[in-house]
Amino acid sequence: MNIELRDITKTFGSLKANDSISLTVPPATIQGILGENGAGKSTLMKIFSGFLRPDSGGIFFDGAPIRIDSPDDAIRLGIGMLHQDPLDFPPFKIIDDFILGSPGGLIPDRRASLAEFRALSARFDFSLSPEARVSSLTVGERQQLEILRLLWLGAKILILDEPTTGISQTQKDKLFAALRKLAAQGMTVFFVSHKLEDVEALCSRAAVLRQGALIGVMEAPFDKAKLVHMMFGKEVRLAPKSSAAPGRKILTVKTGSIDSVRIRIKDVNLQVRAGEILGLAGMEGSGQDLFLGACGGLVEPAGGQFCLDEEERPMNGKTYHDYKKMGVAYLPAARLEKGLVPGLTLTEHFILSEKMKGVFIDKAIATDISTRKISAFNIKGRPESAVESLSGGNQQRALLSLLPASSSLILVEHPTRGLDIESTIYIWGKLKERCEEGTAIIFISSDLDEILQYSDKVLVFFAGKVTPPIDAGALNVQKLGELIGGIGWEAYKGGVHA
Amino acid sequence: MRDNKATRLAFGAGSVILALALTSAIVAITGNDPFLAYKNILQGSVGSPNVAGNVIVSWVPLLLATSGLLFTFTVGLWNIGIEGQITLGAIFSVWAMRGLESAAVAPGLIIALSIIAGVAGGMLWALLAGALKTFGGVNEIFGGLGLNFVATALNLWLIFGPWKRPGVASMSGTLPFDPKLWMPTLSAQSRLAPIPLILAILTILIAFVLLKGTYFGLRLKAVGKNPKSAYLLGIPTWQHMMLSFAICGAFAGLAGAVQVTSVYHRLIPSISSGYGYTGLMVAMLVNYSPVFAAPVALFFAALNVGSIQLPIVLKLDSSLAGVIQGFLVLFVLIGNGARIRLLKKKEGRS
Repeated sequence: MNIELRDITKTFGSLKANDSISLTVPPATIQGILGENGAGKSTLMKIFSGFLRPDSGGIFFDGAPIRIDSPDDAIRLGIGMLHQDPLDFPPFKIIDDFILGSPGGLIPDRRASLAEFRALSARFDFSLSPEARVSSLTVGERQQLEILRLLWLGAKILILDEPTTGISQTQKDKLFAALRKLAAQGMTVFFVSHKLEDVEALCSRAAVLRQGALIGVMEAPFDKAKLVHMMFGKEVRLAPKSSAAPGRKILTVKTGSIDSVRIRIKDVNLQVRAGEILGLAGMEGSGQDLFLGACGGLVEPAGGQFCLDEEERPMNGKTYHDYKKMGVAYLPAARLEKGLVPGLTLTEHFILSEKMKGVFIDKAIATDISTRKISAFNIKGRPESAVESLSGGNQQRALLSLLPASSSLILVEHPTRGLDIESTIYIWGKLKERCEEGTAIIFISSDLDEILQYSDKVLVFFAGKVTPPIDAGALNVQKLGELIGGIGWEAYKGGVHA
Repeated sequence: MRDNKATRLAFGAGSVILALALTSAIVAITGNDPFLAYKNILQGSVGSPNVAGNVIVSWVPLLLATSGLLFTFTVGLWNIGIEGQITLGAIFSVWAMRGLESAAVAPGLIIALSIIAGVAGGMLWALLAGALKTFGGVNEIFGGLGLNFVATALNLWLIFGPWKRPGVASMSGTLPFDPKLWMPTLSAQSRLAPIPLILAILTILIAFVLLKGTYFGLRLKAVGKNPKSAYLLGIPTWQHMMLSFAICGAFAGLAGAVQVTSVYHRLIPSISSGYGYTGLMVAMLVNYSPVFAAPVALFFAALNVGSIQLPIVLKLDSSLAGVIQGFLVLFVLIGNGARIRLLKKKEGRS
């Protein structure tokens, strides 16, 4: 079956997530969908699988238009989506999870289903015990279960969203073998990934998305350099770095390790000194967010030492509030969810963040502080404006204005995500000011330009692996893009120490 | 439609009218005249100085409970365990009274100590719910409900066990205290005691001042609206939740102690009389604003007292007051939801 996505456009507010994307996929193909975070891959696949409706454009099977209004419609048409976080039911038995969602009667025919489950399972060499609980499975096994379930429901087209994140090499091999087998039988597989090596190993063709638009389609064998260039676009000029001598020690991490459900980070060694900016690069979910949290006491490290100050005071097990007392501040990316309090005014935020004297709120002083901060940080809002009424850029400025006057270390998630150029320049101006005063900054960004332009050193995260701090001067977009995509890591084997 | 005072008022009025209409329909279905019922409720609540006094007597514990709940709601908690906190307040109060009854101290002092014991009891029970939430991960609604059952059981056990009347235990409660240990009332005929009334008014004033005018109140509000952001802003979140539990429990315990020392003068099985649940309704109805809490609580108290004579006069059950109250809260909440949905729709279009 020939699948065609024609002129798909989807906007969220002012953001064009998909800008008139047209893509035709021949039958029996493993189609890679490549792009950095926010490129529009997930939106496109969600439209294809019925989770989102496009603003315009349509989907055609062998030239005939089809209508997909819900995930239910999609599966009836044979489109099955495997989400990055498998949509399953951890407390269920595997067989019950398998049966769930199948049409047909009040009482499921467990015996017949069980036989089919075993047959399917054997076909792909998956070893899942039907009576085990879903919660006892690894991420890779949960994917296997989900694939079996979708096939059993009659999926002819499989969409896999970042399926190789958090699974072992053996599981990856099994997954790829299964997908190849399916393609050989005439099924179409959409393989959404940011990992170039996986796309290269598996896909017969790849489409690259950037900023909501389809940049191009390439058939295997792929020209990797060209793919990286398509994904990340323009080359960047590097801004001159301040060559001030490194200051006193701020943060020292020795053999730091962090465990989470999906990812395990081991053996991070680094030292950040006053005035330094450290950029954390990597695709979302590669562990950089966990690491940043661990530097501020928001994530409990599994091992190693996290120390602050010249004296290297051990901070393991301390809370964020302990870190805060030592001059550490955290700026979350989810501004309204984690940074600001919707429903409270700007003035109320300033009151909460400042050390105020007395018990009763002094309206005059509060308004005074508020007016000063609003003009100092150029926030377009009034003291009595509720924070949720501000634009994204102004919310970010407000968040920045809430930072304590003297911080030794500022941890920032995506400092300029979703902001316009003016705000971006402004925010970085403010952050640089802090650096000149001797504050160290560690930030996460999925924008390569931002990483290269502002960092002194860069840490790249990929599937739980972390590079030692690399001098930003030794990197360029090509090199960084490859590292993020999992290429060129051989140089860092054995954990080079900074 | 715009989001301004007029639309809010219109939706509020609409909700009240709908609640009354539905209540009237129910009364009419039972074969009675709704207007006669309302007239009776009105007469039963303000018809004479005596019944008006009873309304105030009923207002005091309701206002105490509501004032306390304003704190827990502000910090984002559903302190449904307030019923148990009132009960524990009453139990502690009676316990102190029994211990001190025969002591050679001034009756006033004994009453005061008994009330302090009640406050401590309510606070303890609330902190227990808070500790279950903070350290045990038990949602405060479930923890509170469980503790309510435990409190009721404890109360019944005391009445029918260790504290039973000489001779035979009775549903009418423990043996009344010596009348000289009763909270003084306005006059011999009146049940209205001025001290609890003053205390109740004080608590709502405290709630108003703390929540509207202090840094503490603002921090509670921040935690209630977004605990994650509040934490990153440096506010100790769980400590503020515990503090709110403690304040609410103290006020609830005070309500229980007032019921014991000035209304029943003994422990009875249904000592909390549902004031905690009614307080939850009042707090929701006024959208957690301390300004409107007092008048609305007074209105609810009037409904409760006014409906007492319905069974005698109209052969209607007195739970009609509860029906009106329930409908009011329901429709005001639905009205709010509808208003917000309509506003969103409009935003979506523009």
